Amino acid sequence: MNVMSPIVSDPARETFDTRSLLAHAQQQAEDRKYEDFMIIDVDAHHYETDSYRDIWEYIEDPVMRDQFKYTKGATMMQRSTGGYQEMAGRITRYAHRRTEQAPGAVHRDIGLTRKWMDSMGVDVACIFPTPMLGLGLNPVVEVEVQYARAYNKWLTEKILAQDSRLVSMLYLPMNDPVAALKMVEDFAGKKGVCGFLITTVRYKGLYDNAYMKLYRALEERGLPLAFHAATNWGDQSMHITNRFIATHALGFSWFNIVHMTNWVVNGIPERFPGLKSIWIESGLAWIPFLMQRLDNEYMMRSSEAPTLKRLPSDYMREMFYTTQPMEMVNNQSMLQETFKMINAETQLLYSSDYPHWDMDLPSTIYDLPFLNLQQKKNILGENARKLFKLDTFISEEKRARLAARGVRA
Amino acid sequence: MAEIFVCPESEMKDGDIRIVRQGRTEVGVYRHKGAFYAYRNHCVHQGGPACEGVVKGKVVDLFGEDKTFLGQTYDHDDPHIVCPWHGWEYKLLTGECAPDPRIRLKKHEIVKRDGGVFVLI
Repeated sequence: MNVMSPIVSDPARETFDTRSLLAHAQQQAEDRKYEDFMIIDVDAHHYETDSYRDIWEYIEDPVMRDQFKYTKGATMMQRSTGGYQEMAGRITRYAHRRTEQAPGAVHRDIGLTRKWMDSMGVDVACIFPTPMLGLGLNPVVEVEVQYARAYNKWLTEKILAQDSRLVSMLYLPMNDPVAALKMVEDFAGKKGVCGFLITTVRYKGLYDNAYMKLYRALEERGLPLAFHAATNWGDQSMHITNRFIATHALGFSWFNIVHMTNWVVNGIPERFPGLKSIWIESGLAWIPFLMQRLDNEYMMRSSEAPTLKRLPSDYMREMFYTTQPMEMVNNQSMLQETFKMINAETQLLYSSDYPHWDMDLPSTIYDLPFLNLQQKKNILGENARKLFKLDTFISEEKRARLAARGVRA
Repeated sequence: MAEIFVCPESEMKDGDIRIVRQGRTEVGVYRHKGAFYAYRNHCVHQGGPACEGVVKGKVVDLFGEDKTFLGQTYDHDDPHIVCPWHGWEYKLLTGECAPDPRIRLKKHEIVKRDGGVFVLI
């Protein structure tokens, strides 16, 4: 046997750096030659509360601006969604992210986001806030409106305008339908705005007549409407779960299940056939469940959904879904069937959800044995590129890898 | 197979971890109650750096004789290696994935010689 001199490190002495944490992700990206195609991450996050000192200046109401300043941007107030995503220190990036050095020339969020994007091989990321996923629970309607407007202004000016690799679908304050419509009118067309977002932890039916002008405005502009799930431990049904695994596993599916059901049985896809919808962060297993459940009931009770001209699953099959958190434990035949049922080849959009705890790498799609290369490319980027009408773009790091291989970008 | 020097035995105390990188192979070396263990730094889940996270005792539910729930505690005799990417847990003493022993981290042999710790890669 040979005695060799390796590199030996002590993780307890190392400072936190996303590139180090994700070194294996970068190895995957290089091994799989992700530089050969564009990868778009349709659901990634930043922590907007880290920038509350910047955002509060954008709040138009001077009284609310002070409240925001002194609560340090705590957008959820009394009806917190709750939970412990960081798993009591097990997911180390939660505790250490504030200590990380970011490149100084750009906003910290841009610098940190570019780090994980380059490690994973992501070219363009659609970023969303984090605590604001619960803002729809705020009992003060004006707070949702003011905070959302301030965040959207700050995001478009300080982040999206500064980096073409970052896009977003902007938060809609759905507790005030007029303000939600105004958000579309004021922000559609701004650089990096590729759609609008409804956070689905909320308790107002999205079939309400008050929203029809909003849906028409989005349809006319050809902008997709995204529904981002979350959970709310304070919800009456979730309140009887006593471990976060339960409220997370159920809640992140439930809040999209209930709004999707309302969306379909109220005939919204028939009323706005040009409005494209994207259902985010509920995994995939709920979709075949709901398709079967609604189809079965619709055949018996079609009189209650008379606007529909086809089965509920036929409408659902034309919608878009993001991949994460994709259920991948001993279920490959089920997963394959799910991909067939949702027309994954054209309707499925890769999402990482990074930096959150249950993030998925591009390899979760690339390594699936039942997909051919074109299907993988579609799901990892091409479907989203077409949906968002983006130009093909390969990141600087990936272009360098192409050049090293003697391939022209 | 090569014998890779990790460090002098005296350099690692209980609870310490060293990551050994040799080419593309990365191995986490642990010392627990005086014994050394070594596993490939590659989580079976999504390929995360399993050995670069924290080590925590197995969490145990406590029940009374009548099966009522009394609370939870850590079993520090069953330490778990926790992958920092997603929290997958492996038993430090065997490398088995905590919820499914059919899944495991690749184990590497440790050799102690002349006061040094070596791992076979």
